[in-house]
Amino acid sequence: MDLKETLLSSYLAFDAQYGPQHKLQDQRAAAIEVFEQQGFPTKKEEDWKYTPLRNLIKTNYTVFPKEEVSLKLDEVKEYILQDVDTYKIVFVDGIYNAYLSETTHVGVDVCLLSAALTKPKYAATIKKYFNQIAAKDASLTALNTAFTKEGAYIHVPEGKLVEKPVQIIHFTTDKNPSLLLQPRNLIVVEKNAEIQIVERHQSLTTNESFTNVVTEIFNEQNAQLDYYKIQNDQTTASLIDSTYISQRKHSHAKVHTFSFGGKLTRNNLNFYHKDPEINSTMKGITLIEGSQFVDHHTLVHHAQPNSESHQDYKGIFAEKSTGVFNGKIIVEKKAQKTNAFQQNNNILMDDKASINTKPQLEIFADDVKCSHGCTIGQLDEDALFYMQTRGIPTKEARGLLTYAFANNVLQSVKIDSVKKRINKLIAEKLGVNIGFDV
Amino acid sequence: MLSIDNLHAGCEGKTILQGINLDVKPGEVHAIMGPNGSGKSTLSTVVAGHEDYEISQGTILFDGEDIADLTADERAHKGIFLSFQYPVEIPGVTVTNFIKTAINQNRKVKGLEDMPANEMLKKIREKAALLEIDSRFLSRSLNEGFSGGEKKRNEIFQMAMLEPKLAILDETDSGLDIDALRIVANGVNKLRGKDRAIVVITHYQRLLEHIVPDFVHVLHEGKIVKSGTKELALELEKKGYDWIKQGA
Repeated sequence: MDLKETLLSSYLAFDAQYGPQHKLQDQRAAAIEVFEQQGFPTKKEEDWKYTPLRNLIKTNYTVFPKEEVSLKLDEVKEYILQDVDTYKIVFVDGIYNAYLSETTHVGVDVCLLSAALTKPKYAATIKKYFNQIAAKDASLTALNTAFTKEGAYIHVPEGKLVEKPVQIIHFTTDKNPSLLLQPRNLIVVEKNAEIQIVERHQSLTTNESFTNVVTEIFNEQNAQLDYYKIQNDQTTASLIDSTYISQRKHSHAKVHTFSFGGKLTRNNLNFYHKDPEINSTMKGITLIEGSQFVDHHTLVHHAQPNSESHQDYKGIFAEKSTGVFNGKIIVEKKAQKTNAFQQNNNILMDDKASINTKPQLEIFADDVKCSHGCTIGQLDEDALFYMQTRGIPTKEARGLLTYAFANNVLQSVKIDSVKKRINKLIAEKLGVNIGFDV
Repeated sequence: MLSIDNLHAGCEGKTILQGINLDVKPGEVHAIMGPNGSGKSTLSTVVAGHEDYEISQGTILFDGEDIADLTADERAHKGIFLSFQYPVEIPGVTVTNFIKTAINQNRKVKGLEDMPANEMLKKIREKAALLEIDSRFLSRSLNEGFSGGEKKRNEIFQMAMLEPKLAILDETDSGLDIDALRIVANGVNKLRGKDRAIVVITHYQRLLEHIVPDFVHVLHEGKIVKSGTKELALELEKKGYDWIKQGA
């Protein structure tokens, strides 16, 4: 049975168990129909032209984990930010792990989507927001919607500045072979509220794993969201991340994506402007090697006037690794005075590394500022020689130049602990000791 | 210290240096002058160890050791420093972080630990003062958007930090106004010492009024065609390079 068929029959079992009494049954049923019709995206579709899923979907994945797995803190400590006080929502093989987590309902709801979906006091929020911004017609998002059961639920009430960042962490173990996980996150940041979130998917096994995660974020008026995705997974772990952000007036949403490893990583990052005067920022560093693959598909939908978007993605590709960047900016006729900036710079470290980069601008307004630029290059040989004459060996010089190339993306990271960790990861990946002050 | 014997070298199959002989002893300052295209920059690049340049004949000895097979960083570790005519911009690396990395890499090959932060800071302050560099400058990206004068001051600042045995200053006066020239020359003069040799490569005599050389060599078509003391530079300034070209 191929994966599509497995999923369709699994859905029947899932629906029988969770469906009938559930409010979401209609939405789920509609979603599985979309997936049934479309199946997994193929390279024939423009959005997936450079992203082959053929190998990914060959594996016979486990759709429902059979075993509840406990983990000791020591086993996973290195993947959890420790030097900063945080809320944590930790899942192991898709199942909530209370021991590693620290949730709250004091001042802010940081808890489980499963709770929010079932408890009456969350019903109004779920009705207002759940599945409202996620694409109905995208087959993988629909697949996730059909299987919606668990994930993070974060609701920041009006005016609340959440001081502790929230970590959303998913571990995959070897107790459930070849897992297919489909977490679903819902994040609502109400008017004048503020929150920082760090998301990570980490496999602890060399078994194949596949995560198809969907996150919906609603940034209400003047809400400030600062979101960090740390992707540094095993070479057997694949991730398709679809994040949908809806923004209202004067809100600012920032997403940093650090893609340092994994088998296949696809980020669909979508911003939708519902009001004028909105700011969206997306930044990323991709640093991969071997035959790893990272794809960033961004979309900013400027629908209203006087808004801004800033995109800055740096890619460093070693060995046979491959990257894709596709930055789509839509500026509606109404969205005058839009300022959209997009930059994608890449360094290919080896002959067999490759990157497909494409800006995709659809501008219907006439009074806008849109700039985009993409570059693909190698490290500057003159700079390498210059550094050598100062006693810096080639390896370190390459590391330093590569670091410098990616560096300005780190400047906007607000959580020190994240900045330090990313800095350290970059240094490790480059095999150099960068004793820098960041 | 530096002993170049019958050096033939070039790049991309073209021999530019056609038999250079040069002997530089500790404490000495040598000036190498010559018209454009005479091979001045090639000489400095070859001594510094650029891998695109090949030595087809002759030897370069540094402290008695043949350095032909050493990489540029290994030569730097031996104490050779090259101040670039066109210092390279490195966005994203501050002046401070760059020099810290360089110092610590040099220490590492000598088996030393990283320089303690307070010691480093003190040294940076001291050497920056020597070149009249203020602290804001140190946190800018290396050479990015620097004026000509700032770039050259920064080169000499790095020399002061690294304390090489042999410093080759390639066209350090180009792109400098009078004030910057004075600051840079002052810095270099303060770095003169009995254990350090300096090779000043220049087109014009102007710099040599500030950094007074012990010896002057004139390079033409890849060969040293005339050597003498500082008076030679003045004579050259008066008569022009045509004098040399006709003689050769």
